[in-house]
Amino acid sequence: MLESIDTSLIDWSRAQFALTAMYHWLFVPLTLGLSFIVAFMETIYVKTGDEEWKRITKFWMKLFGINFAIGVSTGIILEFEFGTNWSNYSWFVGDIFGAPLAIEGIMAFFMESTFIAVMFFGWNKVSKRFHLTSTWLTAIGANLSAVWILVANAWMQDPVGTKFNPLKARNEMTSFWDVFLSETAVNKFMHTITSSFTLASIFVIGVSAWYLLKNRNVLFAKRSTVVAAVFGIIASVFTIFTGDTSARIIAREQPMKFAAIEGLYEGQTHAPLVAIGALKTDTTMIPNPRERFIFKFEIPSALSYMAFLTPNGFVAGVNDMVYGNEEQGILSYNERIERGAVAIETLKTLKLASDRGDEEAFAEAKAKFDDPQWLHDYYQYFGYGYYKDRPLSELIPNVKLNFYSFHIMVFMGLHFLILSFIALMGSLKNRWGDKKWLLWVAIITIPMPYIASQAGWIVAEVGRQPWVVYELMPTVAAVSKISPTAVQITFWIFLATFTALLVAELKILTTQIKKGPEEK
Amino acid sequence: MFENLSYLALQQYWYVIVSLLGAILVFLMFVQGGQTFIYTLGKTENQRTIIVNTLGRKWEFTFTTLVTFGGAFFASFPLFYATSFGGAYWVWMLILFAFVIQAVSYEFRSRASNFLGKKTFEAFLFLNGLLGTLLIGTAVATFFSGSQFSLNEMNSVSWETGARGLEAALDPFNLMLGLTVFFLARVLGLLYFMNTIDHDEIIARSKKQLLINGIPFVVFFLTFAIWLMLRDGFAYDPVSGVVSMESYKYLHNLFEMPLVLIMLLLGVVAVLWGIIQSLLKITSKGIWFTGPGTILVVLSLFFLAGFNNTAYYPSSYDLQSSLTIMNSSSSKFTLVAMSYVSLAVPFVLAYIIYAWKSINNKKIDEAEVTAHDDTHIY
Repeated sequence: MLESIDTSLIDWSRAQFALTAMYHWLFVPLTLGLSFIVAFMETIYVKTGDEEWKRITKFWMKLFGINFAIGVSTGIILEFEFGTNWSNYSWFVGDIFGAPLAIEGIMAFFMESTFIAVMFFGWNKVSKRFHLTSTWLTAIGANLSAVWILVANAWMQDPVGTKFNPLKARNEMTSFWDVFLSETAVNKFMHTITSSFTLASIFVIGVSAWYLLKNRNVLFAKRSTVVAAVFGIIASVFTIFTGDTSARIIAREQPMKFAAIEGLYEGQTHAPLVAIGALKTDTTMIPNPRERFIFKFEIPSALSYMAFLTPNGFVAGVNDMVYGNEEQGILSYNERIERGAVAIETLKTLKLASDRGDEEAFAEAKAKFDDPQWLHDYYQYFGYGYYKDRPLSELIPNVKLNFYSFHIMVFMGLHFLILSFIALMGSLKNRWGDKKWLLWVAIITIPMPYIASQAGWIVAEVGRQPWVVYELMPTVAAVSKISPTAVQITFWIFLATFTALLVAELKILTTQIKKGPEEK
Repeated sequence: MFENLSYLALQQYWYVIVSLLGAILVFLMFVQGGQTFIYTLGKTENQRTIIVNTLGRKWEFTFTTLVTFGGAFFASFPLFYATSFGGAYWVWMLILFAFVIQAVSYEFRSRASNFLGKKTFEAFLFLNGLLGTLLIGTAVATFFSGSQFSLNEMNSVSWETGARGLEAALDPFNLMLGLTVFFLARVLGLLYFMNTIDHDEIIARSKKQLLINGIPFVVFFLTFAIWLMLRDGFAYDPVSGVVSMESYKYLHNLFEMPLVLIMLLLGVVAVLWGIIQSLLKITSKGIWFTGPGTILVVLSLFFLAGFNNTAYYPSSYDLQSSLTIMNSSSSKFTLVAMSYVSLAVPFVLAYIIYAWKSINNKKIDEAEVTAHDDTHIY
């Protein structure tokens, strides 16, 4: 089924999407979090009338502006890339995916772009209250902008609220609320925005620490630290809480991803959690699970508990998924492939019957797509049908990449909570800044939430592979038929452009920070 | 309430919304047009700063409208999105690239240590103004002239030319619309400057440029319009869905939809009146005629392309692969859901106008952009 697709086209298309998405995500979290931090600061200014708070607000707003511009710049390409590079996917999911995107444009983007203009240019033109309202609406608009794209992504992870229309060869929405409020969507949104708040808090704490270390703008830095630390603690707690919830959702909805992030090959009850470990070579190819870790430190039964809130919970391993586990009611991949192939064949029969005007054959095939039992037994494995006569290893995500990404994200997440807590405690006792090494830790921590956030997305996206829509559409079937050379050219153009813009942004940002809040 | 509408009515409703977004986008391209004048109108550093800042306060509206236009098209007519973007790869990539380099240019232009230098960011703005308008114009012209693609039974697109959409930019008919949009954007940019800037030299130069750019705009527009009325169009049978060529299809559409004819005529008059008025007397109100006039004209062009049983995204390679509002839309359920969301549009428009007015209550002058307070300056 997939023979005709050039694998280099898929690789380059994936590389381009990963490149543009990851670049975009370098800037978005700071925008999401800093917009609220700035709103808090301006609120304090309006409440107290203290000009120092206005100065603080304006400084962080300036950094927000620099970062926002490049976020917009890298964002537009993503929206259209669904069409340019993943046109088959666009059609297959357009009926579900397009709606959130349109709503996002109408409800969120305009709110953000309208009030950001008032926020930047309205200081001397509108009343204090209108300005403050605009700052808040910018923050709300920016964060609402994230809702819909995350709903769309959640649907790709967990396609609910839809029905396949065989006549049009696409999925159609049957319940807007099921799509919008699915557990995966709500959790994904909460986890993403709170982790972005954490990133922005760490950024503000880190930059302020630099001023304290230089003994410059001390009052400014201390006040900024307090606001960021409070926000950082609340955000970190929520990030950890929603991350924990998402582990349970993944264990239930995407057991293969769950196995991959823990490098678990043989499923078991009382499954231990690998707290720290190093994996050996390409683990997807090694048959003996005991050889896969160079070393590991495990917490007994913790993985079962994390996934099912009971140590008796059976956590499926990679091999259980691939070869099946009758005892646990897990269907083998070979069986799924057979069933998926039946679903694809039925679709072809229906199309053929429709073209030939063979009403009887058409009605018979059509009836299957309306039969809940048949949909459950066959259509739900539709995507597997594309893998007939192909190696099973193609159905296993990159275990090593998922394992490390997941662990880096978790460890760093804990670090952010601890650091925010220490910064707040120190600030309250007016002793934050006394210990220089702590300030250095805060500075060194600045890049870490960026790494953690990217790692989180790697788990979400690479962990879902080979699917673009979980179990329904493989990535290879989603790609636009373009020459791989064309995609390579645009890949390098975007890499060069975005890198140049990133360098420009970093230089502008660091120069502005060095100048500090006192200068223009 | 939307549930009671027929599927076709919903498809038409969404075609109107998408057309309206497209029309507003063309009006807002005064930003792009204005960007091509930074050096023509700005002879000193301060003058250039005034021009960039005048546009800089509005660029995001254009950008957001483009994004929303894309999103709304994806949502309501996903087959167009999949076909056009996946097929005409190069032309869309170039358009996108032109907007990628725009978004950073305002914010980074005058910042210290901006790595690429002020002139580079100004060149980015120029490129955006040139490519953005020209290529979008030629891409929209394919709504009338057709593209070379075919769709298979899974509705997956095959583009039949190696140039991947760039061939459209070289077609003389398409180029007429591309150049029309380019010069229209420039005219709108000039009228916007005349409306917003308080600087005698810039205004005097703008007026001079208005004539220089107004003439080619009118010539290209008339050529395109006459050509369109005379050419064959892509008609479809609403019952069987079969697409066929029809002589003078767009002229027929115009007479069979008198409302569109009135809109077009009103629009043309308003566009021309805004320009003529600004040339003949001292007024800064020209944009308020030419702008809405532009919206009416573009809207009527979209209606000519898609209504009255016309295939709006035709394939000249395989007629039956052509897209119509009936065969390329989302499901009825999705259109109903989105229609409820569209009720928010008037509210969105209201706050945009309110916010726009609140920061445009005073014209921009040299003092404002050279003030050494901490105002946000591009």
